[in-house]
Amino acid sequence: MATQHSRSAARFMMAPAVFLLLVWMLVPLSMTLWFSFRRFLPLRGGDQGFVWFENYTRFISSSAFWPSVQTTLIIVGGILLISVVFGILLALLLDQPMWGQGVVRILVIAPFFVMPTVSALVWKNMFMDPTNGLFAHLWRAFGADPVVWLSDAPLFSIILIVSWQWLPFATLILLTAIQSLDSEQLEAAEMDGAGHLSRFGYIILPHMSRAITIVILIQTIFLLSIFAEIFVTTGGAFGSRTLTYLIYQRVLESQNVGLGSAGGVYAIILANIVALFLMRIVGKNLDA
Amino acid sequence: MGRITLDKVRKAFGDVEVIPPLDLTIEDGEFVVFVGPSGCGKSTLLRLIAGLEDVSGGQIRIDGEDATMVPPAKRGLAMVFQSYALYPHMSVRRNIAFPMKMAGLPQDEQDRRIEAAAKALNLTDYLDRRPGQLSGGQRQRVAIGRAIVREPAAFLFDEPLSNLDAALRHGMRLEISELHKRLDTTMIYVTHDQIEAMTMADKIVVLQGGVIEQVGSPMELYRAPRNIFVAGFIGSPKMNLLTGEEAAKRGAHTVGIRPEHVSISTTEGTWKGTVGVAEHLGSDTFLHVHREGAVDPMTVRVDGEFSAKHGDTVWLTAQEDQIHKFDAEGLRIA
Repeated sequence: MATQHSRSAARFMMAPAVFLLLVWMLVPLSMTLWFSFRRFLPLRGGDQGFVWFENYTRFISSSAFWPSVQTTLIIVGGILLISVVFGILLALLLDQPMWGQGVVRILVIAPFFVMPTVSALVWKNMFMDPTNGLFAHLWRAFGADPVVWLSDAPLFSIILIVSWQWLPFATLILLTAIQSLDSEQLEAAEMDGAGHLSRFGYIILPHMSRAITIVILIQTIFLLSIFAEIFVTTGGAFGSRTLTYLIYQRVLESQNVGLGSAGGVYAIILANIVALFLMRIVGKNLDA
Repeated sequence: MGRITLDKVRKAFGDVEVIPPLDLTIEDGEFVVFVGPSGCGKSTLLRLIAGLEDVSGGQIRIDGEDATMVPPAKRGLAMVFQSYALYPHMSVRRNIAFPMKMAGLPQDEQDRRIEAAAKALNLTDYLDRRPGQLSGGQRQRVAIGRAIVREPAAFLFDEPLSNLDAALRHGMRLEISELHKRLDTTMIYVTHDQIEAMTMADKIVVLQGGVIEQVGSPMELYRAPRNIFVAGFIGSPKMNLLTGEEAAKRGAHTVGIRPEHVSISTTEGTWKGTVGVAEHLGSDTFLHVHREGAVDPMTVRVDGEFSAKHGDTVWLTAQEDQIHKFDAEGLRIA
């Protein structure tokens, strides 16, 4: 009696939060779906009725579509690679007992607190600027010609900027994973004759595998939608147009809400495919 | 061969000296147990021998050769940890194979040793399982298997049974003793449980505060404890320690009487007292008797069939030749 009563009370009290979440999610989703089936050009005649799947075929047959998917995958893959590899190395380094550990750890987290737009601006103007940037000075100090980062290596530049932002996240999660390793296991391996590299390969890395998959999963979800870094640095030029950026251009630069919405639906599908794969990997890892 | 000599070995963490200079010789093939209360430095001493901690001074010799600066893997010792320290992502087979793989042994030799160890430890059916799918006792055996295949000069056990329940602990105690008899290899075993020490050891090393209180065979320690600490630590239930008048009468500061050396009677005896708590074990009963004029109850071992109720009046008599006498410093008076 009492439990049934309190359960219905709990449902009643949870209702506003659930309702808010549903509205928050469902309204934009259904609006996207609605617009994706309509011809909607705000500056050229407004809403002109249903065209059903025309937007979808037009979006996918555009010459910009497949390159943008490729760019998205390259950027996401590159950032994942850099943040996981360097995240592991940094985590190993920070795990060592050293003087001023607390301060160093806070400094390592710092980039995560910088807003994407700000960090992209800082990188663009202070590091990558071909005349006044720090890199340009460095290159000149060695007598080399400064690299025009954002037009010569736009993808690498963006990967570098976003990796810098996400490295702290990866480092922190991997650091906690390393710290949770039972030190007796390492000592046992040491007694068993495993050197530093073997201990890393056979004990530490397998122990971290779950944390690594979690880092990959979470980062992928966020990285599929990076926008500010591209907007601020290249503006989508030089082949740095991701799927997210393409959708933005369709809606705001071409003023075609219907076409952009169709792209949005494609992005949802792509994200779900990636999520499905990752969930399976994580699920497998959690079983073990 | 596995003769281990500690020569003035000292260990300090910062300014805190946990082990003052200490000498100890462990003969080849001996089963030595380090026993003492928690924090007495017994695990630290084992880790110094293993090489997992660096000594702050002194020398460790294994088979006569200086091993003080030799890395752990090169000392030819195998260790079984309290948490077993199995590699959770490897199967039992790969766990056992790991030290041989690191040593670069040929595959057929590895397989041969794994089979032999698995057979000896009853693990043949579990070789393809993960440690997570095994019970505590099986994990313990895998850890021992991983140590055996290395064919070490000596085995080091760090409280290996403390995570097991009482029944399993008894079984594993026998298995480890059996293993020692079969392999005839030096074993050093750390425990805080004096029963494990008494039942398994050839030689017991009693430690307190990093200092060796006494070294000897289990019966030597039982018969002639060198001081009050050893007297109270070895033997179960604990020895009754009396001070004051009773001790002075026998020319000592403290006298110790083991519960099994006190006889009980309902009619006559040296001390009169009332029965307090009775602990029935079946074969024996431990009675806590409150003597007249004494604060602490005296523990007495009686036959399991002896019937005494709470509050009964009884008389106790100690066997005078079994009374241990200690002076004011707590040292034994011969």
